[in-house]
Amino acid sequence: MSQVETGDKTQIATAPRSRVVRPTGAAWILVIIVVLYAAVLLGGPLLAIIWGAASSGLKAMVRELTSAEAINALKLTIILSLSATIINTVFGLILALVLARDDFKGKRIVNGLIDLPFAVSPVIAGFMLMLLFGRQGWFTATIDALNVRVVFALPGMLLATIFISSPFVVREVLPVLRHLGEDQEKVAYTMGAGYWRTFRQITLSNIRWGLLYGILLTFSRALGEFGAVLVVGGGVTRLTETSTLFIYRALDDRNEVGAYAMALILAIISFSLLLVMEYARKHSRKD
Amino acid sequence: MPASSPAIRPWGRWGLRVVGIVWLGLIIVLPLSALLEHGLHDGVSALFREIANPIAFAALKLTLLTAVVMAVINTVMGTLTAYVLVRYRFFGSKLLNSLIDLPFAIPTLVTGIMLVVLYGPQRTLGAWLAARGIQVIFAQPGIVLALLFVTYPFVIRTVQPVLMEIDQSQEEAAWTLGASPWRTFFEITLPAITPAILTGALLSFARALGEFGSIVIVAGNIPRSTLTAPVYIFGQIESQNQRGAGAISVVLLALSFALMLFVDWVQERRGKNHVSG
Repeated sequence: MSQVETGDKTQIATAPRSRVVRPTGAAWILVIIVVLYAAVLLGGPLLAIIWGAASSGLKAMVRELTSAEAINALKLTIILSLSATIINTVFGLILALVLARDDFKGKRIVNGLIDLPFAVSPVIAGFMLMLLFGRQGWFTATIDALNVRVVFALPGMLLATIFISSPFVVREVLPVLRHLGEDQEKVAYTMGAGYWRTFRQITLSNIRWGLLYGILLTFSRALGEFGAVLVVGGGVTRLTETSTLFIYRALDDRNEVGAYAMALILAIISFSLLLVMEYARKHSRKD
Repeated sequence: MPASSPAIRPWGRWGLRVVGIVWLGLIIVLPLSALLEHGLHDGVSALFREIANPIAFAALKLTLLTAVVMAVINTVMGTLTAYVLVRYRFFGSKLLNSLIDLPFAIPTLVTGIMLVVLYGPQRTLGAWLAARGIQVIFAQPGIVLALLFVTYPFVIRTVQPVLMEIDQSQEEAAWTLGASPWRTFFEITLPAITPAILTGALLSFARALGEFGSIVIVAGNIPRSTLTAPVYIFGQIESQNQRGAGAISVVLLALSFALMLFVDWVQERRGKNHVSG
């Protein structure tokens, strides 16, 4: 997904913009088709969830959302997403730097491996972790000996979230680093700024908007993760139940109000993140 | 690119390289190896036996079929949307442009719930459609609809930047020489954006193969009818049949991996054409 977006930024910044005109005649038909399609496909479901939540009543919704289970689930989602985002930001930055500024045999393989989580179904991602840490897994004996639980526990869910959201920071930062080149870094270094200072004051400041965009993508992807944490976490109420797992259980229990209320909360958070992302992307293009 | 960057000291370069590679090894290569080892442990014939299981086979077929239908619709509508967004300014065009990425932001499980609220058999619209013999939820159209929502941005976001780059003087020349707008589009514009369309369509296809959250809610998951491959895998894991889960996982993974390689190849070719001409 971010592949889709990364390639563009540098091109948009340099390419002459094509002429944008007001539609006339037959062009209006195209515009109407496009707008109707978007309205039916995106707008309809969005309005439906707002309507569905509203029709169940504000009071009932607030009651559902302030239940101990719901608050626990939201807390767990935020903790998992924040941890996964921090870890993926650090290692994503390192990988982006290595791919942009370093050269070695097998670099192409490293580059290809980064995208792999995009090609893996979340269910399969969870399953892989079961094969490593579940019954008769590769490392089950080791972690048992250390008395650590991974599967049906938080460590496994964190690993699943990290895996699923790992490509975003690399994919957003790498094209910006490549586009910037090394000239400024070289100058700073020649003038006596140390490696760390060069990185902080030149590199990091140049990539800040792209980095922010990548971080937000990572967080937003982690926030909505469902399949992988369902397989690994098992959705034990209050212990390994994230917001999405809460929704899934609420639907199973025929607790529609709870499911809609939590779905609406997640939709609102994602939508706000999207707005900040648009802002970051615009700045990232200007840089 | 020079092998030695002044911004990174030799020990720092080695350090970063080792940290990055070890991290990828732990977080990606290791889980992948476990899956491949598990899936191929009992040999290829055992793998085929699992795939030949009628329910598994029907699930794979359904996943491929719905992904193909989605990709065709997505290709046409995505290209059209990108074209309209790049060439025309109209009331709401900026808003539409910023809403394109919405499906990336919304959790897929929430997408599933939205569709059930809108098209569910007990809902106004759903009941109206059902009275006319159209069942969306717990049926295959629901799966395609969910896939269309989830993959909406792919073709648009790959085609848009390429369309922006195109030199419009060629189109204008064709136009001045008397070619109709249709002919101009099909003979000048379309060939230039075909690799981008293909890339977007393939990426959306690969994404659709693995979709779980929205489908598990929307499809009803009836074996041989609306049970897709990822939901089948989930069911096998739940019922402790790791062998069945492993076999179908390997097949899905191989498919999406092949698609990603193909996308890489398309993009590389596009890059080369760019340089040479």
